[in-house]
Amino acid sequence: MLNIAVPLAFALVAAAFALSFWRLLIGPSTPDRILALDTLYINAIALLVLLGIHLSSALYFEAALLIALMGFVGTVALCKYLLRGDIIE
Amino acid sequence: MRRLLPHPLITLALTVVWLLLVNSADSGQIVLGLLLGWAIPLFTLRFWPDTPRIHRPLALLRFIVRVLGDIVTANLTVARLILGRPERLRPVFVSVPLALKSDLAISLLANTLCLTPGTVSSRLSLDRQYLLVHTLDTADPDELAATIKARYEAPLQEIFERC
Amino acid sequence: MLDILLSLLILAGAAFAFIGSLGLARLPDFYTRLHGPTKATTLGVGSLLVASAVYFSTRGEGISLHEVLVTLFLFITAPASAHLLSKAALHLQLRSLAPLPEAPETLPDPAAHSPRLLAGEGDD
Repeated sequence: MLNIAVPLAFALVAAAFALSFWRLLIGPSTPDRILALDTLYINAIALLVLLGIHLSSALYFEAALLIALMGFVGTVALCKYLLRGDIIE
Repeated sequence: MRRLLPHPLITLALTVVWLLLVNSADSGQIVLGLLLGWAIPLFTLRFWPDTPRIHRPLALLRFIVRVLGDIVTANLTVARLILGRPERLRPVFVSVPLALKSDLAISLLANTLCLTPGTVSSRLSLDRQYLLVHTLDTADPDELAATIKARYEAPLQEIFERC
Repeated sequence: MLDILLSLLILAGAAFAFIGSLGLARLPDFYTRLHGPTKATTLGVGSLLVASAVYFSTRGEGISLHEVLVTLFLFITAPASAHLLSKAALHLQLRSLAPLPEAPETLPDPAAHSPRLLAGEGDD
C-alpha cells in the first residue's frame, strides 16, 4: 500500500513544484514572485519529508527544519524590502 | 523570583522545543533543556518587556482545539473554491473593528484569521482600531465580521485581557 | 491497518500541497492567490509531517516527535509571511478584484517606533 502511495505523492508534489515555477516565471508583480518562492520552499519541505519516508531515514529532517527557518526569513526580508525599500534600518 | 525567572511560560516552551529538537527525553537532555530555557529569557530580557498573562488556561485549550478543527474545515472550503470556477469567487476586503488591546492578543487574532475561515489579515490600522481582512468568497461582509468577533475575538479577550 | 492510515495521510498531504500550488497558478489576482499557499499548502505539509512522525514512531526505535517542531514552526510562520505579503501588495496598490480600501493616512514613521514593538509582529 505504502509503495503505491509514496510515488503517487511524489508525482503530486512534483506537479505542485511545476505550478509554482510557472507562477514564478510569469509574475506578473513582485509580490507574486515572492509568494511563488514561499510556496516553493514549503513544497521543498514536503518533498524532503516524503524522501525521508521513502528511504526510511530520519536524516532529512534537519534539512527540512533548516529550509523552514531560512525560507521564512527570506520571505520576511523580501517583504520588508518592498514595504520600506530597506531591509535593516 | 521575578528577577531570576522572568518568563516561566517561555522557559517551559523552550524546554519542550529543546526536547523535541534532540528527539529524546533523557534526564540529561531535560536538565540541559531547563538550563537553556532558564538562560535564554534572562539574556533576551530586553526584547520581552511585558509578561503575557493567561487568565483562563482551560479556555485557551478549548480555543486551540476549536482552531485546529476550523483549520481542517477551512482548508476543505478553500480547496473546493480553488478547484471550482474562479469567475464565481466573490473576494472582498472587510474592515473588522477590534476590541482587543494587547499586542499578543492582536497578533494571535491575526494569525488565527490567516489560518482559518478563508481569510488573510492584511493590515492593522495605525491606531490599532481596525484589522483589514481579505476573504476569498463572501456573500455578506458584515456577517463575516460578526462571526470573526464572536468566534475568535471574544475567546481571546476572555483569555488574555479579562482580570 | 497502519499502512492504510499512513497512505491516506501521505496522499491527503500531497493532494493539499498540490491544490495550494494550483490555486497559486490559476486564481485571478494576487490577493486571492495568497489563500492557496497559506492554507492548503500548510495543512498539506502538516499532514505529511504527521505521517512521518507516525511512520518513524512505529518502527521500533522509540517515539519520534521532532516532526512536530517543523509543523508548529510552519503554522506560526505561514500567517506572518502571508500578512507581510498582503501588506506589501497593499502598499504597492496591486490590481485587485475586490475594491481596494483607501490608503492609510500617512506611512508609519520609522523614527516613531518604540522598542516594545519588537516583541510582536502585529504592526510594524
